[in-house]
Amino acid sequence: MIKEDKMKIDRKKAKEEKEIKEIKVSKKEEKEQVENSPRDSPRERESKERKLVVPGQIVVKGLDFLPGDGTIREGDNIVAIKFGLLDTVGRLVKVIPLTGAYYPKKEDIVIGKIIDITPVGWVVNFNGPSTGFITLAEGTREYVEKNADLTKYYDFGDLVAARVIAVKARTVDLSMKGPGLRKLDGGLIVKVNTHKVPRVIGRQGSMVNLIKEETNCNIAVGQNGIIWIKGRTIEAELVARNAIKQVEEFSHTNDLTEKIKELLTKSRIKEIKE
Amino acid sequence: MPYTKRFDGRKFDETRKIEAEVGVIPNADGSAMFCFGDTKAIAAVYGPRTLYPQHLQDPTRGRLKCIYDMLSFSVTERKRPGPSRRSIEISMVTEKALNPALKLEKFPNSAVNLYIMVIQANAGTRTAGINAASLALAHAGLPMTDLVSSVSVGKIGGKICVDLTKDEEDYKEKDEKDTTDIPFAIMPRNGKVTLLQLDGKITSKELKEALQTAKKVCNQIYEVQKKVLQEALNK
Repeated sequence: MIKEDKMKIDRKKAKEEKEIKEIKVSKKEEKEQVENSPRDSPRERESKERKLVVPGQIVVKGLDFLPGDGTIREGDNIVAIKFGLLDTVGRLVKVIPLTGAYYPKKEDIVIGKIIDITPVGWVVNFNGPSTGFITLAEGTREYVEKNADLTKYYDFGDLVAARVIAVKARTVDLSMKGPGLRKLDGGLIVKVNTHKVPRVIGRQGSMVNLIKEETNCNIAVGQNGIIWIKGRTIEAELVARNAIKQVEEFSHTNDLTEKIKELLTKSRIKEIKE
Repeated sequence: MPYTKRFDGRKFDETRKIEAEVGVIPNADGSAMFCFGDTKAIAAVYGPRTLYPQHLQDPTRGRLKCIYDMLSFSVTERKRPGPSRRSIEISMVTEKALNPALKLEKFPNSAVNLYIMVIQANAGTRTAGINAASLALAHAGLPMTDLVSSVSVGKIGGKICVDLTKDEEDYKEKDEKDTTDIPFAIMPRNGKVTLLQLDGKITSKELKEALQTAKKVCNQIYEVQKKVLQEALNK
């Protein structure tokens, strides 16, 4: 009996020691992770190469971090469930997707088409997982009488720039209240990858402003990858469209703004000659 | 004559040459190509989109809608285009093989459309299709707990082989067909089997051995899939 008890105790001790070792190991790893986490200035953070992760990859071991967007906790580990770049903000780990469809977020500006009119508002298709809805109150500032003809505000097939105010399970609520949100008349449409939209806009709108100035076009960029261009002439619109396509294609290269500037000045000279 | 050496000189647990690539279809939200030698499958993912007809909608989670087909020029004898009894069955098993890996709870009432087209066939099309589809779904940015890896195993003249070709599937011994074909898919991280079909005869002992080999090979394919995704954006 005593012998057995002793053996039990020994085994328990060995187990405990093993556990302690494991904890030490995981703590060591966490320490490394903490040191690697980008808490430094934004510029340094940009230059740092972020890791590309695939679904099912264990990204962090241990309980020191919290799972954010695109990750889940599985036991003691945090596992990526999306394909994209791993980002750490403080103690939060998240995956930034680089490919795939557009998912609406609150406060996004989207460009969509009116596909249906109901007695209480407009249904908008903006290439998202569900349709958007603009209620009468969010659609116009005017007083709308009962049984009024809603097509005089937005008709079937009209293009609108709207802001996302809520993402619900079945619909996305949109609003037309805000600067630049309106019906888009005429012009042409360019579709780009939704993940390239930040490059089209540029830092504080530098890229889109450059294209606007050089081509004298009115441009509205939707986060869903739909871009509306309207200029005085069709030629100017085509130059702007070409520039945007170039931004999309060479989005990963350095000094992109310079390249686009060059392209735009070249095409302007050509226009004058013609 | 027993099957002692494979027709194309491979080892018994060796697959044909694997080639894979993501982003092959620019219009799709996610796409991928996967080859087992001459068998070549491409997969495209669109969505999630609101699912119609409405009675098919599931308010608790999104649905995966899979369409598998072989293109008419993919085989020696022209295949009549359009869905057939065989392609409908394979669409269904592919859907079931991929569903456990997907987390579509955040997209209620919607559907993810997956199209798998076999552009060249030399046996093992459904397994190549599943591998391509799993890459395409990840490329489409959909939440997944794991990738799905798939391979076919079989018994040819009493010998366990991996990734059978059409010639091997049709292998005859004394004018009698003597092959067994087992398409197999697995989520390698937790080891859960998501596809297991069997065509032919096999003993339980041999089946165990076959599945063990399949698991081993699937892990190799899993590494290839991970590598392809990680290198996708360096181009």
